[in-house]
Amino acid sequence: MKVKEMQKNKPVFHSTKVKLDVSDRTIRGFTYVFVSIFAILCIIPFWMIIASSFSTEAAIRRSGFTLWPTNFSTFSYSLIFRSPDQMIGAYVVTILMTLIGTTVGLFVVSMTGYALQRKDFPFRNGISFYIYFTSLFSAGLVPFYYLMVKVYGLKDSYWAVLLPLLMSPWLIILMKNYVKAIPHEITESGKIDGAGDFRIFWSLIVPSMTPALATIGLFLALGYWNEWYYSSLFLGSQVTYRPLQYQLYNIINKVAALKNSLAATQLVLDDLPSETLKMATATLATGPIILLYPFVQKYFVAGLTVGAVKG
Amino acid sequence: MQLDLQAKRSKVSAPTLVHKEKFWYKISRNRTLLLMCFPAILFFFIFSYMPMPGTYIAFTKFNYNKGIFASPFIGWKNFQFLFSNGQLLLLLRNTVLYNIVFILLGNFLQVVFAILLNEVMSKWFKKTTQSMMFLPYFISDVLVSLLVYNLINYDYGFISDTVRSAGGVMPKYYSMPGAWPFIIVLVNLWKGTGYGTVIYFAAITSIDTSMLEAAKVDGANGFQRIRYILLPCLKPTVVILLLFAVGGIVKGNFGLFYNLVGNNSLLFNTTDIIETYVYRALMNNFNFSQGSAVGLFQSVVGFAIVMVANGVVKRIEPEYSLF
Repeated sequence: MKVKEMQKNKPVFHSTKVKLDVSDRTIRGFTYVFVSIFAILCIIPFWMIIASSFSTEAAIRRSGFTLWPTNFSTFSYSLIFRSPDQMIGAYVVTILMTLIGTTVGLFVVSMTGYALQRKDFPFRNGISFYIYFTSLFSAGLVPFYYLMVKVYGLKDSYWAVLLPLLMSPWLIILMKNYVKAIPHEITESGKIDGAGDFRIFWSLIVPSMTPALATIGLFLALGYWNEWYYSSLFLGSQVTYRPLQYQLYNIINKVAALKNSLAATQLVLDDLPSETLKMATATLATGPIILLYPFVQKYFVAGLTVGAVKG
Repeated sequence: MQLDLQAKRSKVSAPTLVHKEKFWYKISRNRTLLLMCFPAILFFFIFSYMPMPGTYIAFTKFNYNKGIFASPFIGWKNFQFLFSNGQLLLLLRNTVLYNIVFILLGNFLQVVFAILLNEVMSKWFKKTTQSMMFLPYFISDVLVSLLVYNLINYDYGFISDTVRSAGGVMPKYYSMPGAWPFIIVLVNLWKGTGYGTVIYFAAITSIDTSMLEAAKVDGANGFQRIRYILLPCLKPTVVILLLFAVGGIVKGNFGLFYNLVGNNSLLFNTTDIIETYVYRALMNNFNFSQGSAVGLFQSVVGFAIVMVANGVVKRIEPEYSLF
């Protein structure tokens, strides 16, 4: 699907001149009810987490999680920020990884995507296959783990989390499809003016594909922000500051981790408001995404509609 | 251009040397583009190709201290063991069945939502509900597990409380293997429907509106327009997305399953998929050999399925084939 076509395609509006018949009204009424219910179901759990993070532990033990904070309290937050090291460290690690990973990944993915769609690049099929093959056949987790730990020596290293998320065959193919939509004449005109291939890419192609960059960048950033998998594989207890989602994972799954993160506050385990603390950590770990969501969502939608459907 | 001519001339004069010469010539001529691909080539070499010789672990009685190639070779024994105790087939069954349900139900719901959204006139309603439905896609699986816990946890869960206050009896889901296929499917639908709806909705908006208008003028009612115009127009998109999905039918969504079920072995019979088994074999049991054997089995079966699916599609509808 070409960009131009996309811009041309306005949503399908039905003319109101034609009288609505019964089936139209049935469908429309059904839609409003059905879609609204599902849409509300999609956001209610988030609301519940935020609400319960502002409840007291006793209220949750008594009446469970509710839609509205029972006995409003900010105790769990003040507890987290009584020894804020862990949380601030987690934020710093996550933000740094997201920034560095997204920037580097975006640069490499777009550069590769551009080179691979150049029709005059004789190696493009070979390299495309070389990249695509890795999504068809993989060695599996165990050999990968062994290599990372024993050969590359990346146990307890942030590199083990940062590097594997830099790119994926899928992102490169997506980028290739985006660049294809840019007229080849741009490259030709650059060539005639005597610009080198990289120069053409950097000063002619990159400026004309900002929507694609935004979408791929969002995919990368989301991958880094939500990352917990490689952290759980490679970041052991020696690592002081964990990425946010992994920190959350630990707090949810291990009471010991909870105890650890609050060691400085000298609370006895029984007093630990474990439920509200989970919810408060979850709110803090996801907050930035929810806050940014309304702004980035439209880029996502715009980008997906061009790239995701082959054509 | 000048250089091109030279190359052609050299082909005539020295046919035996040409190939080599041409190759290096091609490289030097495209060196910038090659250099631009170099980071990606290096990346996939380091993280995807380098682990491949390590699949040898699957054929050894692996000893971490000795390393891969000093561990004793035992042939197919790991596979035989996993086959004979039924483990491998159980994992395969779970992984494939979950994926089939995800694909069929997921795509069905997404198409339905996309069509319904298209019938609505209010732009505001369309935008708002789309944004709301898309939100779960942005959330990490860690948080998803917390949301589920929040709802169905026996002691404090929101649903548990509601059921109890209505006088019902809340089952203890975290020790009921039979309930989890439903829970996992529901959670998966919850997470993925918004994303898919956006894609299908985009496909619908690219349908020529004049067709729909004409149908309306000719007196086609809402159901007929959906049945005879929208659905046929969506078919190519559905087919392509289904094809992509079939290629990954033996690959499970590790994050979802592991965060929801974790190490709760009570539920493994109905919830253990290939990825979670391999992860536990590696991280909890340090059983590199069996983990690696299951992983290799998955890769080989997955590869075969993609090849067959692609071959079939190529024969029927070459345009849709993946490669």
